[in-house]
Amino acid sequence: MEVILGNLLRSGVLLSAAVVLWGGCIYLSRHAHEPANYRVFQGEPSEFRSIPGVIRSVMNGRGRGLIQLGLLLLIATPIARVSFSIVGFAIERDRMYVVFTLIVLAILLYSLLGSGIGV
Amino acid sequence: MNVMEFTAVVATVSFVAGLLGSLTGLGGGVVLVPLLTLLFHVDIRYAIGASLVSVIATSSGAAAAYVKEGFSNIRIGMFLEIATTFGALMGAFLATRIPTSALAIIFGAMLLYSAFLSRKPRPPAQRNLPPDPLATRLRLNGSFPDLEGPRSYNVQHVPTGFSLMFGAGALSGLLGIGSGAVKVLAMDQAMRIPFKVSTTTSNFMIGVTAAASAGVYLSRGYVDPGLAMPVMLGVLAGSLIGSRILVKAETKSLRLVFSLVILVLGLQMLYKGFWGKI
Repeated sequence: MEVILGNLLRSGVLLSAAVVLWGGCIYLSRHAHEPANYRVFQGEPSEFRSIPGVIRSVMNGRGRGLIQLGLLLLIATPIARVSFSIVGFAIERDRMYVVFTLIVLAILLYSLLGSGIGV
Repeated sequence: MNVMEFTAVVATVSFVAGLLGSLTGLGGGVVLVPLLTLLFHVDIRYAIGASLVSVIATSSGAAAAYVKEGFSNIRIGMFLEIATTFGALMGAFLATRIPTSALAIIFGAMLLYSAFLSRKPRPPAQRNLPPDPLATRLRLNGSFPDLEGPRSYNVQHVPTGFSLMFGAGALSGLLGIGSGAVKVLAMDQAMRIPFKVSTTTSNFMIGVTAAASAGVYLSRGYVDPGLAMPVMLGVLAGSLIGSRILVKAETKSLRLVFSLVILVLGLQMLYKGFWGKI
């Protein structure tokens, strides 16, 4: 179980890093010579702020959309890890820790979906 | 600077931060936000968003190696994650409401505390502490492999540790860092968890904690792909290489240098925060 979880984390991180790198190459190949300016905070456009927006921008072949998709995969990795822990505790018949893990999972899902990222 | 130069320089700085953070065990995230804001004049909100993402990457990458060794205690981790994820959610919501100068001041104070903590000797290892009834009920006590075979430990002061972890989560959500310094206070000093168990367990908790605030940051538009990309890839590569060459030699002087860097960055953040230059 522990080994499976360890591999899950590792492959999640490597997969997301690969997607980010791929998106980064596309982004750099198109925008390399534009000026970089992060001095003024404007907030990201909506296509980089929500799951459907990111997917749309990936479909349109945008490099930065792919980077955001990689970052979403990265955020999903610990969430997947917590979900698997529920199974682990259930196999050990540890009711108390199944409940604890469900609470953690609920907070994580609330953060992802309740903050408006899903729409 | 154009996008290509900016990406290359930020990736290099992030790589070095990740490398030093993993070699010294102090974490790279804590120097990233001040470096991005002070050196590259990145708005602190973008910097926090990028740093948070890199924290998830390094934590999950390192935890993969740790869970196999049998040091981390999954029950302690999961129990305390209730506090840290809830705190992180609160911290992330708070971050969108308070002025950036206040963020800089809190960050500066946090850096000074981390620098102070890194110079302080570790609390003595616990020997045969009596079991705490609450810790026993929560099945937090455990054992870990030591030189002379498995060594068991009894977790102490559960309510204090739990409350401190809420604070650690809130700071992590507010500042986009792993907040290892507060975790040391909670797990090592209050709960008296053995050093090896607390570091590996907290490492695996950091990613889950950061994931709780990352959703809020992403949906508020704090995570810029052009900035997060070099930061995340740089820190991840640096910390992976750092954990490979983690030979015990000469980390002492490295720690001293790194904590001096943290101290200077902390003073600068405080200065900028108080004089409204951020």
